[in-house]
Amino acid sequence: MNVNETDLLIVGAGPAGMAAAVTARRHGLSVRVLDDQPAPGGQIWRAIETVAATPRLARLGESYRAGADRASAFRSCGALYEPESQLWQIEPGFRAFLTQQGKARSVTARAVILATGAQERPVPFPGWTLPGVLTVGAAQILLKTADSVPTSPVWIAGCGPLPLLYMTQLLAAGGRIAGFLDTTPRGRIGAALRHLPKGLGRLADLAKGLSWSLALKRAGFPIIHHVAELRAEGAGRLESLHYRTQDGREGEVTAEVLLVHEGVVPNIHAPLALGCAVSWHAGQHCYVPELDSWGETSQVNVFVAGDGAGIGGAEAAEPRGRIAALRVAARLGKLGEGEAESAARSERSRLARALALRPFLDALYAPRPQVFAPADETLVCRCEEVTAGELRARAVQGRPGPNQIKAFTRAGMGPCQGRQCGYTMAHIVAAAQNRPVEEVGFYRIRPPLKPVTLGELASLGELASLDEREPAA
Amino acid sequence: MSTEAFDVAVVGGGLHGLSAALHLARAGRRVAVIERRWTGRHASGATAAGVRTLGRDIAEIPISLEAMAMWHKIADIVGDPCGFHAHGQLRVAETAEHMPALLQREAKIRALGCTHEEIIDAAELRRLVPALSPHCVGALVARRDGAADPHRTILAFRRACEAENVAIVEDCGVEAVDRQGNDWLLVCGQRRFRAPVVVNAAGAWAARLAALFGDEITLGVRASMMIVTERLAPLLAPVVSVVGRALSFKQSDQGTLVIGGGLQGAADLDRERSSVNFSELAKGARAASDLFPAVRGVRIARCWTGIEAQTRDHLPVIGASPNAPGLFHAFGFSGHGFQLVPVVGAILTDLVVEGTTRREIAAFAPRRLMQERVAA
Repeated sequence: MNVNETDLLIVGAGPAGMAAAVTARRHGLSVRVLDDQPAPGGQIWRAIETVAATPRLARLGESYRAGADRASAFRSCGALYEPESQLWQIEPGFRAFLTQQGKARSVTARAVILATGAQERPVPFPGWTLPGVLTVGAAQILLKTADSVPTSPVWIAGCGPLPLLYMTQLLAAGGRIAGFLDTTPRGRIGAALRHLPKGLGRLADLAKGLSWSLALKRAGFPIIHHVAELRAEGAGRLESLHYRTQDGREGEVTAEVLLVHEGVVPNIHAPLALGCAVSWHAGQHCYVPELDSWGETSQVNVFVAGDGAGIGGAEAAEPRGRIAALRVAARLGKLGEGEAESAARSERSRLARALALRPFLDALYAPRPQVFAPADETLVCRCEEVTAGELRARAVQGRPGPNQIKAFTRAGMGPCQGRQCGYTMAHIVAAAQNRPVEEVGFYRIRPPLKPVTLGELASLGELASLDEREPAA
Repeated sequence: MSTEAFDVAVVGGGLHGLSAALHLARAGRRVAVIERRWTGRHASGATAAGVRTLGRDIAEIPISLEAMAMWHKIADIVGDPCGFHAHGQLRVAETAEHMPALLQREAKIRALGCTHEEIIDAAELRRLVPALSPHCVGALVARRDGAADPHRTILAFRRACEAENVAIVEDCGVEAVDRQGNDWLLVCGQRRFRAPVVVNAAGAWAARLAALFGDEITLGVRASMMIVTERLAPLLAPVVSVVGRALSFKQSDQGTLVIGGGLQGAADLDRERSSVNFSELAKGARAASDLFPAVRGVRIARCWTGIEAQTRDHLPVIGASPNAPGLFHAFGFSGHGFQLVPVVGAILTDLVVEGTTRREIAAFAPRRLMQERVAA
């Protein structure tokens, strides 16, 4: 077999990617897994293999520990696993371009499963770009990979399960919390409760969340509820933090580190770049790829599994990965349609159970409206330094869409390809033009999906030019 | 169903369409620009925006020199400097074997009485572009050339048009054409436009539009690829190209490197989409890092292609239709139309208003690309 060709290319070695690889290998497919991390596990089980051998494992909790078995099953499944690979382009057919150790090359596959997970929703407010302001997710990665605990007490602002989990983990690791600015708006529990009956089977998860909350209350740091607005200030780095609650209470505190989090959204850049249709997910306030019951996108043989298919967490990611792999195995003649269907049945019920509590969580932790309507002076596009005010002003000159706004203001033109500003831009344009955000759309995605250097791209050319070199006369 | 009446309907809201509309409006005409998507959607929004007289086809030199004079006072024309800087354009020779071609070119245009292209030696080259790899031996330079900011240019032309009361109609594609008395009727979905004069500035789709009027024009398509990098500290001021390789290399006002040179991706006229061919684009990255070794570690932010028309002889189509009364063509710029934008609008205005022009456009006649009619 040519090492550059496999039946299936899986992008991402988190819960979905690993589960898909194990299933696909079981059915005899040749599988390549590309991942930008040095070891399997994705974000949730980041560094699980190294941490599993240390006392840190206990501090990081039960659901983290579960990753150790998954990583070992993945390691032994026979997939061609290429860690520390940056995938930066997939051409139809499929040819994938990647960079490894400073060299670019391309590989081919007959089907693709994108298991590229989620990213934290960007939280723009005045001062969010100051050094000292980070996301909870980034801090948690440092905790998992390097056992790194901030030296000074940290302020945490946001909502959702992740801040609660991280604070619990941080305290267990000996870190200190200066205070928690809970941005969950008033009345959210009531709104969420109507989704609870469906989620009753997940009471254990609810109990886990409650136990975090109780433990955090006992820890004794201040908790301010219903925080609506934030402003970070400082000369060159974060020095103070100003907040204002929904009912108008204001406070100002000194702060060296502020960690923010307002939920996560699927990584949709790869599906968008491949021309996959997406639609607006009102409950999760983001676009999700349009998928059939196998996780196949509008593009034949392109699948999305894991949080990239819509936020569902690791327990939903694994059945989604397996379901997609079953479909690919059937497509490529390694498995009968009927066998694939019956194998998928139990995975689909697993998926349904895993998603049962999701509508409740989505309603409870829906981002506060201020996340989508930052003050005029707020930088929205960090790469090109475009403010909310500039976007607002431009949005009412004619009726420009995202790509015109991009051309006019340069928002979304930087190396992050709009990952930081895309949704904020869409909400600002929607509000200014008085139309629903789902109608505004997203930037057209231009390759490369990940920044590749000129030298790396040139190395792709070196091979080609060797082939073309004329024989010496 | 109401029909909107104008003196001139310009089809295509790219820079050439906007420039034609602007000049015609200033000549007192009531003008509509009818654009299928939005202003600058295709080639105008995807261009590297080189403002270049250097190396032009001999037939293009007169209008290109006039256009250059207009670029040097572009703010007077459209009310904004368009990000234009005249830091020069250079065509670099990497080896001594590449110099004779440049010397011959200089001699050729000198013989025509032109002085805008000039040979420089390695020392002067080093002075103009210190970041250039020392292996380069000399260059041909056009010192008054430069580059502009394409998006700023589109916006400036659009605003200037709006200030002259040009109607800019976006999301409006021409589907059918009919003749009503002395007017053309353009059918665009639910909308109708009527005008005695139509300017075809529909870029890569211009041959399809021309066919609606009965003009069968042979037209190819290009999908030139571009690379833009992250921002970096000032590295070079002029635009650099190189003999024997597909490379155009410059740094924008924002500090990004803008790398093009005509390497081709794939275009799909029906889907109005084009795509990057990275195996091909790698040649451009290699040329860039050979000429500027310091940029090997610079990260690419975006790559793209723009769709534009290419003629058989790489010269544009500018002139009246030989068949359809009141139809004027301006397209087929074949990858080097940006610099000509201000002057082509003026030429079209001559043709529409005076019925003729003193500018030299014989080489651009539409007829040269049209099927010979079979004698009856």
